[in-house]
Amino acid sequence: MAHEHALGGHEGQVGHDAHEHHGPPSGIMRWITTTNHKDIGSMYLWFSFIMFLVGGAMAMVIRAELFQPGLQIVSPEFFNQMITLHALIMVFGAIMPAFVGFSNWMIPLMIGASDMAFARMNNWSFWILPVASFLLILSMFVPGGAAGTGWTMYPPLSIQMGMGMDLAIFGIHLLGMSSIMGGINIITTILNMRAPGMTLMKMPMFCWTWLITAFLLIASMPVLAGAVTMLLTDRHFGTSFFNAAGGGDPVLFQHIFWFFGHPEVYIIALPAFGVISQVIPTFSRKPIFGYASMVYAIAAIAIISFFVWAHHMYVTGIPLTGQLYFMYATMIIAVPTGVKVFNWVATMWKGSLSFETPMLFALGFLFMFTLGGFSGLVLSLTAVDVMLQETYYVIAHFHYVMVAGALFSAYAGAYYWLPKWTGYMYDETLGKIHFWLSLIFFNMTFFVQHFLGLAGMPRRVPDYALQFTEFNQISTIGAFGLGISQLLFLYIVLKARKGGKKATAEVWDGAQGLEWTVPSPAPYHTFETPPVFEGHGKH
Amino acid sequence: MKVSMKKFASLAGVAASGIGSLFGSTNAWADFQLNMHEPVTEAGRRAYELHNDISLICLAIFIVVFGILAYSLIKHRKSKGHKAADFHEHLGIEIAWTVIPSIILVLIAIPATKTLVHMRDTSEPAITIKATGYQWKWGYDYLKGEGEGIKFLSVQATPKEQIHNQADKAHNYMMTVDNPLVVPVNAKVRILTTANDVIHAWAVPAFAVKQDAVPGFIRDTWFKADKEGTYNGQCSELCGKDHGYMPIVVKVVSAAEYSNWVGEQKKKAAAGDDPAKTWTLDEAMARGEKVYNANCASCHQANGQGIPGTFPPLDGAKIAKAAAQKGNHIGTVLHGRPGTAMAAFGAQLSDTEIATVITYERNAWSNKTGEVIQPADVKAAR
Repeated sequence: MAHEHALGGHEGQVGHDAHEHHGPPSGIMRWITTTNHKDIGSMYLWFSFIMFLVGGAMAMVIRAELFQPGLQIVSPEFFNQMITLHALIMVFGAIMPAFVGFSNWMIPLMIGASDMAFARMNNWSFWILPVASFLLILSMFVPGGAAGTGWTMYPPLSIQMGMGMDLAIFGIHLLGMSSIMGGINIITTILNMRAPGMTLMKMPMFCWTWLITAFLLIASMPVLAGAVTMLLTDRHFGTSFFNAAGGGDPVLFQHIFWFFGHPEVYIIALPAFGVISQVIPTFSRKPIFGYASMVYAIAAIAIISFFVWAHHMYVTGIPLTGQLYFMYATMIIAVPTGVKVFNWVATMWKGSLSFETPMLFALGFLFMFTLGGFSGLVLSLTAVDVMLQETYYVIAHFHYVMVAGALFSAYAGAYYWLPKWTGYMYDETLGKIHFWLSLIFFNMTFFVQHFLGLAGMPRRVPDYALQFTEFNQISTIGAFGLGISQLLFLYIVLKARKGGKKATAEVWDGAQGLEWTVPSPAPYHTFETPPVFEGHGKH
Repeated sequence: MKVSMKKFASLAGVAASGIGSLFGSTNAWADFQLNMHEPVTEAGRRAYELHNDISLICLAIFIVVFGILAYSLIKHRKSKGHKAADFHEHLGIEIAWTVIPSIILVLIAIPATKTLVHMRDTSEPAITIKATGYQWKWGYDYLKGEGEGIKFLSVQATPKEQIHNQADKAHNYMMTVDNPLVVPVNAKVRILTTANDVIHAWAVPAFAVKQDAVPGFIRDTWFKADKEGTYNGQCSELCGKDHGYMPIVVKVVSAAEYSNWVGEQKKKAAAGDDPAKTWTLDEAMARGEKVYNANCASCHQANGQGIPGTFPPLDGAKIAKAAAQKGNHIGTVLHGRPGTAMAAFGAQLSDTEIATVITYERNAWSNKTGEVIQPADVKAAR
């Protein structure tokens, strides 16, 4: 049996046992042909980090231009391309693949399965991603450049765009296919391949969040594919879905887009909740509080997420009754979200807390995701939203949810499971420095944007009135600090792959679950015979 | 609640301006603000109050929840030898923290609903104005009430030198237009929004007004400003290249001043261009250049070179140079090119303006055709 670092490096001492399970082929073909969930998980994670740096570099272009009023660095049309690609690459290239990477690596280990249910489709789901991202990046270099519409691609502006828009549309189709296949794989794996004794209500919370997220993916991705396909036919084949002159309606696109777009927010947020729900109990040395209510809260959030889409469209001219309904429905989401936050706090209450890097990121998540939730509640009130819609307040809000929420959670997960992947402990001091730098610079970048939005600075503009100068300067300095701090993470990971303190199988003294029963690093093949799960904690 | 919010804002303002001085900015922090503009409309003030209230409620919840968490983080540390308790559920408390937030939400929903219903009541306006979004300017038509029949375009007037950092920026940088919207104080003004090309949004924070302008549809909003002054806003829906450069400036004036302004506008309209006039090349070039700079230069550029790959050049282009293309040139300006950013200017500009701008395009740069297009030619092509 080959024991291998699936995160790369150390080419395998290929096993010579008579089993039909061979180790991986060597070289590049290992990664192209692999059907191993650990290899694929690692590729997802590396890919998402590379895309995170690409999308981050685009954010630096945006912030550099906004350091001062006036046009200094880029033209307005290139600025618009940057905001579009930054969002598309961060959402579809960085955050989503990062959590799919975690799911690939950890779900089989957590439920005691030998691999994902559809191992070859798993390979295909991953390898579509680089192609799709290549199309997005390529679009910058075609005549007219990338789509300058923002990631929301509202027509008729998106009808005016050049070939870059078509590349983005095909890129989105591919990304959607990848996500749907990933979703099918996760659902099938979780529902069919759990170890004997692991009932659904005994599953680790991370698996629950992904089970529900996978349903969200399958339900919402085809809707996005439909919307961009209609865009494509409006652009090239004379249809008028979104053209009033031909009997269509530009706002129809927004309804379809946000019917996908709002569940998408939870596609990103729910796995982040899952990671946090693993990390907090471990470092509190106490089982998660209110397991059942957590599961119900996730399910409630997922279901409600399909019924609130038009809160992104309060000022499009939807009727008063529509505004009222979407306001009430949106406010309701605060209840299950609040339950989750309260449960996490109660988990820590009277625990035996320690503050290793994963726990710090989880606490950072809790603190700032709650702030993002509060600004979301403010925005849910239609009358207030009329003043804040399309301003920097919204930018601040969703970066608190997406960066402080999803990214911090992803870091919590990465530090938490890194020893299981590499077999070595990462450098705890550097990890803590990474956390504190990220926390400080993140807030420096985005907290001041609340004030910009309240004062009325619109989003998606390359230039602004003089009154907004100071906060923009603070924000830009914070953004560059935040960007540079992330390179430290790369160094920490590379260092932990090379060596360091050997990790035990359990890694963390408070860790519970099957993934901590296999050695660190996890062998290339695990759980070839299903373990018997006898439960942990007092469920 | 309002008072305490203001106090908090001013305290934080002092702290932040201290930080600001570190940056050695040339701009004073005079314009600096942490909260919204205090609106000058009833609807705006209600929304502003609502925002203050919800923010304070959030702050209170935040302090309670994170106060408890902070206590736990300090007291329940492993390093202090705290042993973990073993509880992991409690039905009573779980019901409590589901029900209590729900009650708070209902309490917020009541004023939120009332404010919204007030905001959406566009009935019985004194004046109705249509605001049309164009790439990248606003057009205003006074449809009903005093001033009926007035129409004009409102284009950003900030000099290009300021935008490109070749000149010092004026204090109202970005927020200047050639023709501001003028309305009387204490009059209910209903704004109908629509657009000519892509979706724009008409927004003025001081009125708590923001309404998308959707091509092919009419939406409406309203305001009743109770304080004279000049109020700024910006297009609030990404509408392409110069989205950042289509400000909205509204002058709220006394009823008497408004009547004066209406009189002037009517006079100006009456003294408009004579459509039967025959223009000489020099006259047409001078007028056409103005029209070009206001309407065409943001895409085709002042030097006629366009932006490669995005907006085609006019300098040396067949359509603007070849004699046989003259009809095509006039038709394109009048009717636009569907599916591209080239708008139909037929409804926006007069025959004289279109004739002179085409004359300009056919004679400027290297396009020295010597042709003069007359308003009558444009009228015939409509």
